[in-house]
Amino acid sequence: MVTKDFSIRINGTAVGPPADPRVSLLDLLRETLQLHGTKKGCDQGACGACTVLADGERIVSCLALAVQYVGRNVVTIEGLAGDDELHPLQRAFIEHDGFQCGYCTPGQICSAVGMAAEARRGVPSHVTPDLTVGEVELTHDELRERMSGNLCRCGAHNGIVAAIAETCAGERK
Amino acid sequence: MSNVEDAKQSAMNSPLELAPDSWAPGNGPDPLIQHNGGRIGASVSRVDGGPKVRGAAPFAAEFALDDMVYAALVFSTIAKGRIATLDTTVAEAAPGVVLVMTHRNAPRMRPMPLFGTSEKAAGADSLPIMQDDRVRWNGQAVAVVLAETREQADHAASMIRVTYETEPATTSFEQAKANGTETAHLFGHDVHIEIGDAEAALAAAHVSVDATYRTPYQNHNAIEPHATTVAWHSDELVMHDASQLVGHQAWSLAHIFGIEEEQVRVTAPYVGGAFGGKGLWSHQVLAAAAAKLADRPVRLALSREGVYRLVGGRARTEQRVAIGAGADGRFDAIIHTGTAVSGRDKAAPEAFAFPTQSSYAAGSFQIDVQLAYQDMVTNTTMRAPGEAVGSFAIESAVDEVAVALGMDPIELRIRNEPDNDPITGRPFSSRHLVEAWRAGAERFGWAKRNPTPGTVRDGEWLVGMGCAAATHLYVRQPGGAARITLTSDGNVTVDVAAHDAGMGTATAQGQVIAERLGLEPEQVSFRFADSRMPGLVAALGSSQTVTVGAAVAAAQRVLVAELLKLVGHDSPLAGLTTEQVGVLDGGLAKLDEPARHESYTSILAGAGRDEIAVEASAPPPVEMMNWSMHSYGAMFCEVRVNGVTGETRVSRFLGSMDCGRVLNPKTATSQFRGGIIMGLGLALTEQTHFDERKGRIMNPSLAEYHLPVHMDVPEIDVIWTGIPDPHTPMGARGIGELSITGTGAAIANAIFNATGKRIRDLPITPDKLM
Repeated sequence: MVTKDFSIRINGTAVGPPADPRVSLLDLLRETLQLHGTKKGCDQGACGACTVLADGERIVSCLALAVQYVGRNVVTIEGLAGDDELHPLQRAFIEHDGFQCGYCTPGQICSAVGMAAEARRGVPSHVTPDLTVGEVELTHDELRERMSGNLCRCGAHNGIVAAIAETCAGERK
Repeated sequence: MSNVEDAKQSAMNSPLELAPDSWAPGNGPDPLIQHNGGRIGASVSRVDGGPKVRGAAPFAAEFALDDMVYAALVFSTIAKGRIATLDTTVAEAAPGVVLVMTHRNAPRMRPMPLFGTSEKAAGADSLPIMQDDRVRWNGQAVAVVLAETREQADHAASMIRVTYETEPATTSFEQAKANGTETAHLFGHDVHIEIGDAEAALAAAHVSVDATYRTPYQNHNAIEPHATTVAWHSDELVMHDASQLVGHQAWSLAHIFGIEEEQVRVTAPYVGGAFGGKGLWSHQVLAAAAAKLADRPVRLALSREGVYRLVGGRARTEQRVAIGAGADGRFDAIIHTGTAVSGRDKAAPEAFAFPTQSSYAAGSFQIDVQLAYQDMVTNTTMRAPGEAVGSFAIESAVDEVAVALGMDPIELRIRNEPDNDPITGRPFSSRHLVEAWRAGAERFGWAKRNPTPGTVRDGEWLVGMGCAAATHLYVRQPGGAARITLTSDGNVTVDVAAHDAGMGTATAQGQVIAERLGLEPEQVSFRFADSRMPGLVAALGSSQTVTVGAAVAAAQRVLVAELLKLVGHDSPLAGLTTEQVGVLDGGLAKLDEPARHESYTSILAGAGRDEIAVEASAPPPVEMMNWSMHSYGAMFCEVRVNGVTGETRVSRFLGSMDCGRVLNPKTATSQFRGGIIMGLGLALTEQTHFDERKGRIMNPSLAEYHLPVHMDVPEIDVIWTGIPDPHTPMGARGIGELSITGTGAAIANAIFNATGKRIRDLPITPDKLM
């Protein structure tokens, strides 16, 4: 007999899908699993606070129904560092003061991880000058353009960009 | 009056020759001002950085309580009238619904005590909350659904049917003005000042400018929407909230529900941005009422739309600024008058003329702020209320005078630098704005600016530079109190009911406490944002740092006195008085003989004590009566305006601040940048669109209210004079709101320099420049 696995892997742990199909991935994380690190800022895909990684791609989990992620691997801010205490990007955010209130921060960090992967794959952005070069260099403009879906109201933009620039540059060497 | 208002009022009312600044012993400057190279002034990373970057910091909607239910709200769709029919039967029968609360079954509650009407009043308005069938604004909550899950609550709320009998409402600015305005009342005075005959002086002036400036409705848009998790334990209420005034709020909730203050506990350990918007509004009251009705804990997390419906923002203004100047640039007359929209029965007038009251010397003044009442969600304080939008008007007008005179705008400002407060005549406690101008001009390369508008071009981009002054009032709240607990391991815990919504309160205070007690920062734990802690300290008016600082200083003096009572006869400190000792290396020492030292651990061990706890209140903020006290800044901006599309990009920005001593350069820089970026939004993108026919906010969403995003934000440079204010705790003044002031005008003035177009109507969107 073949049984189908209906679980969602979240930070490496298999989780059953919600019984109520209306439950967003964001609400599954926050309300069912008590993984509060993923934040709700607008619940309509406009602020990026709920960004998580699904099979390595950044998504806004408020616009994702949890049941759509059966069989997928979801990584949230709680799972980003793996066994380490902090991911290098998390450390860089502290060092560069890339936040004040800390509410948009998990989304910024998860988004940056996904963004850096997109650049490595050669995914262009609005400001990419040459669409044919393959891996895109994360210049100041590329980085800011690609992170513009993650809002910050405290105005920590400079610190966020510095932290990502430093960490992503480190990864490339 | 609240304590902030109270403090401001006493500052405005009291004659000059009163008490000395009494918060420091002996009335001299805070001795910490002389501590250089210590913890104060060190660029320290945030103490709460780890929990925040790991997503482990609990915000208000993240307290999980047993048996908790979820709330969803239904908002009115008319601006004024009464509920005619309200059908909740389908919703009540929907799966998972616990109850529906409307005015028919809501517990009887008093209105919120209006902020400013008594010491601890916190309410943003004092309107009845779900006590009758009246509708008072478009978006008011008319029903609360409680259900087992959020999805069930939202779905049930969508099935509630409401019809209304509408009544004529005032929802247009023109109508509101035609109805008649009232003079704004702030700090115990009408905002109306006349010195000399400003109109006559204006008419006779060598040059004059006279224009109307308009600023729109804006919303705070903290990324954390307002949320509260509440539970009743018999007749005790516990509320985990997104609040910037837990002490005021606990008392106010007790008043509303007719219980004792001690029966309410409000906590706000992490707040996802506040900016003046996270006070006491109707949703917290509704959550507590619904929890009482259901006898179950309730989580009420407002949707983004819900925040716009229930929580007011910055009011729209229409300001006249007229300046008359002589050929030498000296101002003969300054007129700053106009009208701000106001909700009815509210606490916070948008007193835009405030910066004009202390910025420049002039031969005559006319200042007047009128309020025009509309039926809408009440407006409230938003980062630098009055000053943020008022500085846009006055600092734009000063730039216009400079153009009219053909004079450099910095030199014009310096020429009109006042010797004393131009309205009250009081001396300034510490004003080094000219130094800030000089340092900023040097660093920014102001000398390279081409003063002729519209002449610098880079392809299709027009490039310009502008500047403006920033100013924000110094406030120290009178409610500051602190408890210090020193344990036998030499560590201290300091408790103050203050707040940290990202300002860095805990980080900076940890530094100050370590310095004040002669400890390492690792030995200091600063706990805050629990209404059961000492102090009545709202996160308002950029006043927390000095308010907490003075309270800790007072508690430290009590601690020293208590420790001296404990020292043994063989102690090096035996026989010394509090005046003879100071803190040193984790203990006390004789001031002029530091070798006579005993550590805290030794003192406690000798006395057989595990710990010692003291509590003290700071003396009243007398310094505000004696001096004209403000923080200042010289703001510099370079813009690029697209000659084809009218798109404006801010390419460079510098804030050159004069704000007293900076306690933590790293977090202070973030505060300044944050204010500048919010000012960038104020200048270029932010506007809450209000339908004047229906009184409804049309863009209650982060998709349609345009905050600055990463691509809009250049690298922002911040410098400061670093000159301590001798009349404040630690030599510090407020910095949280300062940098949003002046920024709007600096950008507008740069746009004028780039394009020759003077835009006096915010935000400066591309259509206004095409």
